[in-house]
Amino acid sequence: MSDLLKDPLILRQIIMDHYEYPRNHHLVEDETYHKAHMASESCIDDITVMAKIENNVIQDVCFDGIACTISTASTSIMTELLIGKTLEEANTIITEYYKMVELLPYDEEMLQEAIAFHQVGKQANRIKCATIGFKAIETCIKEHKNDQ
Amino acid sequence: MFEVGKIRQDFPFLMKAEQSIPQLVYLDNAATTLKPQSVIDAVVRYYTESSVNIHRGDYALSYEVSNAYEAVRKTVSRFIQCEANEVVFTSGASAALNLVAYGYAEKVLKPNDVILMSEAEHASNVLPWFRVAEKTGAKIEYLPLDEQGVMTVEGFKEALHDKVKIVTLAHISNVLGAVVPIQEITKLTHEKGAIIVVDGAQSVPHTKTLVKDWDVDFLAFAGHKMLSPTGVGVLYGKFELLVQMDPFLLGGGSNARFDKHGHVVLKNPPFKFEAGTPAIEGVLGLNAAIQYIEAIGFEAIEKHELELKHYAIEKLKLFKHIRLYNEAAQSGIIAFNVEGIPTQDVAAYLSSLGVMVRAGNHCAKLLSEIIHTQETVRASINFYNTKAEMDIFIDALKDITLEKCIDLIF
Repeated sequence: MSDLLKDPLILRQIIMDHYEYPRNHHLVEDETYHKAHMASESCIDDITVMAKIENNVIQDVCFDGIACTISTASTSIMTELLIGKTLEEANTIITEYYKMVELLPYDEEMLQEAIAFHQVGKQANRIKCATIGFKAIETCIKEHKNDQ
Repeated sequence: MFEVGKIRQDFPFLMKAEQSIPQLVYLDNAATTLKPQSVIDAVVRYYTESSVNIHRGDYALSYEVSNAYEAVRKTVSRFIQCEANEVVFTSGASAALNLVAYGYAEKVLKPNDVILMSEAEHASNVLPWFRVAEKTGAKIEYLPLDEQGVMTVEGFKEALHDKVKIVTLAHISNVLGAVVPIQEITKLTHEKGAIIVVDGAQSVPHTKTLVKDWDVDFLAFAGHKMLSPTGVGVLYGKFELLVQMDPFLLGGGSNARFDKHGHVVLKNPPFKFEAGTPAIEGVLGLNAAIQYIEAIGFEAIEKHELELKHYAIEKLKLFKHIRLYNEAAQSGIIAFNVEGIPTQDVAAYLSSLGVMVRAGNHCAKLLSEIIHTQETVRASINFYNTKAEMDIFIDALKDITLEKCIDLIF
């Protein structure tokens, strides 16, 4: 990755943008979606993530709820990263993301804008915020597999 | 003479906090409080000099510790104005409220009886009542609150009716710090033949509690929110109600005798509620905590805490980006939000500058509809806080921005 992308000003801009204008920020009335409500993680964040998975591909992901900047922005970025990916690709991205959050070596190319959170692991109390959306989509994928 | 600088020297945490860079400012006193050396010493003394069980041993040391433990009942009874045998030691305010709900309310409530509470209650004073309502067929009703979470006597009168059998309210709300006129409410409650349960978790540490003058039926509070160790709390109950109430925990220490046919003779209150070895060090620590508070006196405590609150409110009011929720509340709780910044980010930002506050819904999840916000940031004051600390808190909020909050993760 170019050093430019590691410029905190640019990374901050990415987070601000996804916080103020979260992508796929809505829920759907559709039984074919899997749904994960993440309210027990902390006293504050209350996020619902919905995902439509068909033919082994994540067709759509959306979310809504009340959450802090880090939770909202990271979940918004997650939806953009995973829509259109096969389950295998999605799992790899999620795994790489967790590696980054744990401050381990990770594949920068694969995580795209999510690298905005590459330092979040240094703030232990915000790790939950940065992973809540990823935990939710994992739950949706697991549910989908159980249904198969 | 109230000298906060002198008082602070009694708190090892504060002495260390002042030396930290940045200086640590503890403003989460509604969650728990710091401990003075005398409380720490009471705990350590028990473990180093007299670490034996109570109410059992036939040796001198156990007898001494038992006496010291029982003497704390007298200290508490003096502190809240009741009899020593009306003081039940519990693990905290939650355990005390659960005990009233399951031991008393579940026994006396009939289908369609009403439990009247407010939407500002802490989960500990909501969830046990939900369970009791479910089990007995009783109904939960809420009394009206205004936008600052304040109830009025008029509103209470309207909500009260013949079916109401139990009224349960926090004397001071943990989110908005609103003070309930408990004596008047109790009188009205009794006129309808109902009983009143008071959650004193936020009030007993900060204002004089007079259960006999107020005539309240039950009152719960936690030790750790008033300088004592965690793991100890108190349920006060009128003795005749404690006689009626069943324990919801049975075991050693609560029974007089039992046989193999299942015949059990329980001890008299308060002992029948205290099965198992209690938090002896917690109770002894509570004694030291009460002595410490009594030595300062509630008049000075209240004056100082309200002074600090008003000082902060007057300054925060000038910031256009700060929204205050409880300006009028006569307690040391400040509930606010920063325009456009989620509470958790505000708390994390303040934390980066050494200021400890709480963010979220503060376990009062019913309140959001009343104050039109899901979450607030709460700064809660105790008598050992200073104007200088309030200045650090206020300065930190002065130029807070979303960008600065996000930059914390880089």
